[in-house]
Amino acid sequence: MEFFDLFREDRWPHMFCPGCGIGTVMNCFHRAFSDLGMDQDRTVFVSGIGCASRVIGYIRADSIHTTHGRALAVATGIKLANPDLNVIVFSGDGDIGAIGGNHFINAARRNVDISVFCINNYIYGMTGGQASTTTPYKSFSSTTPYGSKEYPFDLAEVAVASGANYVARWTIRNVKELTTSMMKAMQKKGFSFVEIASPCPTSFGRRNRMADPTQMFEWLKIVSVRKDKSQAWGLDQLDLNIEGRITIGEFIERNRSPYGMIA
Amino acid sequence: MKLPPGTHFMQGNEACVEAALWAGLIFYAGYPITPSTEIAEGLAMRMPEEGGAFLQMEDEIASISAIIGASWAGVKAMTATSGPGFSLMQESIGYAAMTETPIVIVDVMRGGPSTGMPTSVGQGDVMQAKYGSHGDYPVIALAPSSVQDMFDLTIRAFNLSEKYRVPTILLSDAEVGHMRGKFLVPRHIEIVDRRVRTDKVWHDGFAYDESLVPRMPIFGKGFRVHVTGLSHDIAGYPTNDTEVNEELVRRLQDKVDRHSQDICSVVAHRPGSKHMLVAYGSPSLAAWEAMMENEDFGLVDLKTLWPFPHKLLAEALSGCLDVVMVELNLGQVFREVQRVACDIGCGKPRLFSKVGGDVPKPSEISSFVRGGV
Repeated sequence: MEFFDLFREDRWPHMFCPGCGIGTVMNCFHRAFSDLGMDQDRTVFVSGIGCASRVIGYIRADSIHTTHGRALAVATGIKLANPDLNVIVFSGDGDIGAIGGNHFINAARRNVDISVFCINNYIYGMTGGQASTTTPYKSFSSTTPYGSKEYPFDLAEVAVASGANYVARWTIRNVKELTTSMMKAMQKKGFSFVEIASPCPTSFGRRNRMADPTQMFEWLKIVSVRKDKSQAWGLDQLDLNIEGRITIGEFIERNRSPYGMIA
Repeated sequence: MKLPPGTHFMQGNEACVEAALWAGLIFYAGYPITPSTEIAEGLAMRMPEEGGAFLQMEDEIASISAIIGASWAGVKAMTATSGPGFSLMQESIGYAAMTETPIVIVDVMRGGPSTGMPTSVGQGDVMQAKYGSHGDYPVIALAPSSVQDMFDLTIRAFNLSEKYRVPTILLSDAEVGHMRGKFLVPRHIEIVDRRVRTDKVWHDGFAYDESLVPRMPIFGKGFRVHVTGLSHDIAGYPTNDTEVNEELVRRLQDKVDRHSQDICSVVAHRPGSKHMLVAYGSPSLAAWEAMMENEDFGLVDLKTLWPFPHKLLAEALSGCLDVVMVELNLGQVFREVQRVACDIGCGKPRLFSKVGGDVPKPSEISSFVRGGV
């Protein structure tokens, strides 16, 4: 499958900023989707609001760009109304960790057979760089001009604790692992969640001495530690400070029976 | 098995359950809230028997979101709630209107504001039903005043929602929902299904004809439609074009306004009487009793609240000198009635309202009309 077999060429050029990680995610997704030989006419893409949510508007398939935070609830309705459809959600840290947090934990608990790709850029990018629930402790944003006083969520850990069948986290530097995890997520029955640590030089980097995209790439390289090498693993997977560590890897793979349509 | 044609005796909320199944409900999602819970409980039992899905969601926002998803997956979908949950659903009601998603929302109104009186009756959600979400958007709202209405208007809500691709609200209340009564399941029930796209053009998913209602390209059929709550062109693509947005917002409202004759209904008893009562929902029953006790009283029972049945009400009130609105809020439909009265020059309407959580006695209505406060 060629790139523009999966994406809407008439919507190009896309709206993402220079240095944004979303393009890499879309490339990895294209590889994963086409390597699996999935049928785009039997797949529905769902998103909420924010930069990551705009991905689905570029995919040449049935797609629904819902209200802020509600993608997982809408996806649940689609999947249970027509269980033959593959349902894939693209979402960001705002949708998943903040306004839609309740839907996140409950969709994972319910274990509906949907795949969630959460592009975590640690900031509200589309509204201009406000702190999110994943903004690292002490880091700067337009609403934390003195540094964030809150500890962030570890979204992957929340997904594990809530009951997801497959959970992984990679940065956009780990394109091979990310592609493999996307394939696993789409094949896995039940709720699967892949968190993707992604650079936002425009809104996050600029206020945290990483305005140049290459600096953000370098940051992701330095802070990301593979799960088996992480000192933090077992207590908390994600060091919460900006100088801390982001643990990457696969966190769970299990086969709880997915929620089925009662018929 | 659907409830067989013939006479039955049930609670209003139970009649709503059976009507929804008649209408073709396949997907229900909801969150428990008094006084609507019997609808969820009834469907939890009945949906699996009928081959549908029942889902208890984490909140009302999730509930309405799930039925929007289910509707786009091609099935008839419904949720039921009461005031506080209805407030939570407002953003998504606007979304359903913008994306032209057929869904049915049952709001069994209770005493408000806020948590209010969960087990008592109120009619404080009328304006919320029309104006609760931001922006200008269309809704259809129907008001049942009996168990028979709960059955008939639930089916009608599905039919109108499917026909016009507009979120449709069954604006019931605690008395009608909990009242037990006799009702008839007719032998022939008209069921309307949405018009769908069967082609695969993909770049005009929201194209419309003279009906102003686009055929729906439901998911999984290869149409590759894009659906968004952003202002969008006929392809469904987001746009900032002011002319395109102007056309969209006006068409969405015109879709309902142009078909208001099909959508609106009122039941007029003794039109042209000296004193005309106007009511909807449970106060209609008390108003009807008051009318039976007073020869110079008439009654208009509004079955459609939105779009407001302006023309039908004007006909029913024509020539009348005294109009008395009876409702369980501080005067929400009253303002609409004032506009109608002003248009046809039939004097200054009066409002008899109760907001304490009970329905007025017929004698209270009579003495208000006679006493003239």
